[in-house]
Amino acid sequence: MTLTPVITAHWDRPDLYTLAGYRAIGGYTALAKALQQEPDAIISTVKDTGLRGRGGAGFPTGLKWSFVPQNDGKPHYLVVNADESEPGACKDIPIMMATPHTLIEGVIISSYAIRANHAFIYIRGEVPQAIRRVAAAVREAEQAGLLGDNILGSGFNLRVTIHSGAGAYICGEETALLDSLEGRRGQPRLKPPFPAVAGLYASPTVVNNVETICNVPFIVNNGVEWFRKFGTEKSPGFKVFAISGHVNRPGIYEAPLGVTMRELLDYAGGMRGGRPVKFWLPGGSSVPMLTAEHLDLPLTYEEMAAAGTMLGTGTPMLFDDTVSVVRAVTRWLEFYKHESCGKCTPCREGTYWITGVLERFEHGHGSAAEIDTLVDLCDQIGGRSFCALGDAAATPYPAALKYFRNEFEAGTSQAAELEFAPAASYLFSEATAR
Amino acid sequence: MTLAPETSDLINVEIDGVEMNVPKGTLIIRAAELIGTEVPRFCDHPLLAPVAACRMCLVEIEGNPKPQPACAIELTPGMKVRTQRSSEVAEKAQQGVMEFLLANHPLDCPVCDKGGECPLQNQAMSAGRAESRHDIPKRIFDKPVPINTEILLDRERCVSCARCTRFADQIAGDPKLELLERGAKQQVGVANDEPFDSYFSGNTIQICPVGALTSSSYRFRARPFDLVSTPTTCEHCASGCSLRTDARRGEVTRRLAWHDADVNEDWNCDKGRFAFTYLSQDRINSPMIRENGELRVASWPEALDVAARGLRSAQGSTAVLTGGRLTMEDAYAYAKFARVVLGTDDIDFRARRSSSEEAAFLRASIAGDCGPTYADLDKAPIVLLVAFEPEDESPIVLLRLRAASLRRGLRVVALSPIASRGLEKIAGEWAPIAPGADAGALHALAQGGGDVPNGASIAEALRQPGAVILVGERIADVSGGPSAVAALAAATGARIGWVPRRAGERGALEAGALSGLLPGGRPLDDVHARAQLAQVWGVDAADLPTSVGRDGASIVSAAAAGGLGALVVGGLEPRDAAQPAAMRRALDNAGFVVSLETRRTEVTDRADVVLPVAVVTEKSGTFVDWEGRRRPFARVFGDALMMSDGRVLAMLADVMDSSIGRGDVKSLRNELDSLGPWTGARAVAPSDSAAAEQTGGPLLVTWRLLLDDAALQEGEPNLAGTRRRTVAVVSAATAASLGVAAGQRVTVTGPAGSVSMPVEIGSIVDNAVWLPSNASDCAIASLGVAPGQPVRVSGGAA
Repeated sequence: MTLTPVITAHWDRPDLYTLAGYRAIGGYTALAKALQQEPDAIISTVKDTGLRGRGGAGFPTGLKWSFVPQNDGKPHYLVVNADESEPGACKDIPIMMATPHTLIEGVIISSYAIRANHAFIYIRGEVPQAIRRVAAAVREAEQAGLLGDNILGSGFNLRVTIHSGAGAYICGEETALLDSLEGRRGQPRLKPPFPAVAGLYASPTVVNNVETICNVPFIVNNGVEWFRKFGTEKSPGFKVFAISGHVNRPGIYEAPLGVTMRELLDYAGGMRGGRPVKFWLPGGSSVPMLTAEHLDLPLTYEEMAAAGTMLGTGTPMLFDDTVSVVRAVTRWLEFYKHESCGKCTPCREGTYWITGVLERFEHGHGSAAEIDTLVDLCDQIGGRSFCALGDAAATPYPAALKYFRNEFEAGTSQAAELEFAPAASYLFSEATAR
Repeated sequence: MTLAPETSDLINVEIDGVEMNVPKGTLIIRAAELIGTEVPRFCDHPLLAPVAACRMCLVEIEGNPKPQPACAIELTPGMKVRTQRSSEVAEKAQQGVMEFLLANHPLDCPVCDKGGECPLQNQAMSAGRAESRHDIPKRIFDKPVPINTEILLDRERCVSCARCTRFADQIAGDPKLELLERGAKQQVGVANDEPFDSYFSGNTIQICPVGALTSSSYRFRARPFDLVSTPTTCEHCASGCSLRTDARRGEVTRRLAWHDADVNEDWNCDKGRFAFTYLSQDRINSPMIRENGELRVASWPEALDVAARGLRSAQGSTAVLTGGRLTMEDAYAYAKFARVVLGTDDIDFRARRSSSEEAAFLRASIAGDCGPTYADLDKAPIVLLVAFEPEDESPIVLLRLRAASLRRGLRVVALSPIASRGLEKIAGEWAPIAPGADAGALHALAQGGGDVPNGASIAEALRQPGAVILVGERIADVSGGPSAVAALAAATGARIGWVPRRAGERGALEAGALSGLLPGGRPLDDVHARAQLAQVWGVDAADLPTSVGRDGASIVSAAAAGGLGALVVGGLEPRDAAQPAAMRRALDNAGFVVSLETRRTEVTDRADVVLPVAVVTEKSGTFVDWEGRRRPFARVFGDALMMSDGRVLAMLADVMDSSIGRGDVKSLRNELDSLGPWTGARAVAPSDSAAAEQTGGPLLVTWRLLLDDAALQEGEPNLAGTRRRTVAVVSAATAASLGVAAGQRVTVTGPAGSVSMPVEIGSIVDNAVWLPSNASDCAIASLGVAPGQPVRVSGGAA
């Protein structure tokens, strides 16, 4: 399968991030087109494309939009989730850096469709350069009359507010993001009510991922059939894959959904030094790991689910045979322990506990009984916690155990670093050696 | 228990195979309770919004792949739920959560206050595994940390259920308690410079499902299983809270709010919870008589004999002042003693600022009447507050108003010179009036609104069915005020709720401890009323007083002038009187003073005979709350030797060759009940005209803060630590005209003295200054000025 640059098509253009550069490649033509349609027509177009959310959960975007009650007399809001914090995920930030106007055009069209006159872009606080870039693009768009009152003479008004996160992974969870946006402590909210009914300031709100919104201008310009030519029946469209790990050319590769990991790996120049793939994750640390035997599976929502994992954010991480699974899993759990918001018991206490036990395995002090205890503990978190963050924390260990039980067994008597010297897995180790 | 929103819509559901019909909107956890299944829980509380944070109550719902929190899911028609009783999934999920909860919880149950009554302990037994697999180091915090002077926080024990923080936010309206940090470091905390100073803070100790929040006073003092618990009623105010008093070895160790859905729900205020140390302070244990100017201990027969002789020799020139803290039964005993034994109608229970107009108002509009209730506040279209600040003067009324305001936007309007913090909490509307101008404003509302801000809309709302006027005892300070309240009620059909501060006032009113008023709301000047009393009392109707006697103020001035032969005094403090100096003179100059008291006071210091009586823990009785609802309570110390006022008066009557019966609680209550309600004509409401507008200024606005220098709060420094800071409040314009800035000290001077404190700019009308009445550093009584009167305010300390 070939690469299909759509969102990333003109990223080699140095001025793409400016309004002039974006206009030069046909930017904002979709907006003009969209504003001539009824909002409902856009919603049904997006629905017909079968576009699924690119933030991780893969919920159908058009369906989400259609949940927003219309003519309810309340303000509606569009909130763009740009709090990209998932370990291994690095696609939204590059998109915002490379082509912020694609996002803004998508925001205007999407807001128009759901009848929102105020949109918020909640950007991860650790990337001030992305915040500055999107803010500059918003200013440009305002000055050009693309934002503000009576956009392109359509009578549609829209304000866009950029909001910076303050360093909490939980704020990528959509309801926690809304709490944070309202100035509260970011913790997930009880659902129902869902954001589409009572979201930001208790008003109907759509929360979409950056990449999802960036699909919208292309859909408006090219239509449903064009979009459905990419991907599969259940996973239509293209995807910005951000590949990281022990590959020769890590980076952004845009391809239709259904491309295999092996194909993407080829584009990424294969594994460093020709080493074998030991394990890989299709989309961030929150999805269960796969191994080399899964490299030929199509990267779609349905095939990944069938393989017992998830497409997630579609940002594959690949690890070669220098990596200790025990160490990798321990690092991830340390992340979840650090980022658990504390609201619910299983995630708060479970991540603390599991991390403590995993650290013992990493140092060779685990016990055989604890291998099973950890499975139990993960069972006690997954499906029992308040939000998906807890579920995510419960995924790395069982998947790792499924494929690499021997390494955990080794962890009862031998420190991971003896078999897997940390330096060997460092990506800079070869450079340092030179 | 709040089951669900009121609805007649029933839905059919199944829990553990038991089919049942429940109102639509019922939560699974509540419905399970109906069939006797307690789903374990920590964060759930029937009066707090569901949060589903602790995950302890996970149950299986048919068709749902994951177990769901029973505390947050409303049942839908046909829903089939399986709890831990019938579902292995639910049982395992609960055990898993319990294991996690215990992971970081310290194993210090043997030294934890909560041990023995701890939901975590109990549910660890019922829903936990016998052994923990947790063997990594537990999380450590410094402990304990005070969150205010009353409450110590042990963060290691906290299970992050957020009951306390949600209580502070949702119920008390003092969102000063918050969860901080994240993950396993999440903890309850307060801002560095702002402790959790809420009048309701103690409730968080009680609803904490672990020993994370403990009482500074009770900490390490007892084990729950060593305590003897007695259901009691709070003696501090007219809210009527149901309490549980826990005692050990003849000493009260703590008091808790007890559940009463109709009154205090599950809450009480910190005064009711913590102010009980006074009970054992400065007690008088034996009768005393004055000899050569000094009190000396005497035997009961001797003391009663001296008292009887003194009273008998003053026959025809006697009066009774009872104070507002007596039980209904004891007040009834005084009422009967005055009329039957002393043959006088000179009796008044109001040991505070009062007026004869107020007495007439109480006789006509309050006594014997079933006024609005808490439930009526829940449903009212509007509640008008007149001379009443609910948070300070009846805190549970504030909680009810706040709940209704949050739930359905109840409109509360305060007719007041100042917008209080309590009013802000209930999102109330402020209708500003000049100090003392209540009567004029009330008449204006009666006539459609006049120039009262928003008057027309308030007046219209008051005409809707169910409208309530809550009037405080401070209306007595406004001449023409009580009349105007009655007139407004008559004009609009709104019902009057009279909310006195003291727990005994409404009961005393019903018991007839007020001149002109016989028990059961009977007018003394009605011949049928007197005949009914004479029959029940077994006396000749002709022997009962026929004309309305003197009220408190007249009694005091007569006594002060040396014109009173004898005075029988119940529990009152001269410093609470309208004119403390006059009260002291009255006690000094009365021919003979009999004091029934629990402790040494300014009254006993002046009495000729002191007869010791029981405090609330040593007797049973009934308080009548502001609604007119009886709140009976049981005796905490069954072996106490102290006798109630009623018993002592009965013995005294016997020695005086008269009788008021046995004087025990039961016979007094039965006798009062046998009278039944009064069905005859009621006294006519007063129609005093409004007083002329005050000139000069600034005019004084004042009330007693809930926590202040009162006698019943003595001996509890932790409670005192949460008192509000004493400040004078003026408007920005008044501050400018006085030349003072916020934070600066000012001196407020009246004819008799002055007080000084920092000044604060607040929502108060111009040319007015608000001061607390009875703060330790601000005793208004020492100024010699009545509320509504002008004072002098100047910058700088005195």
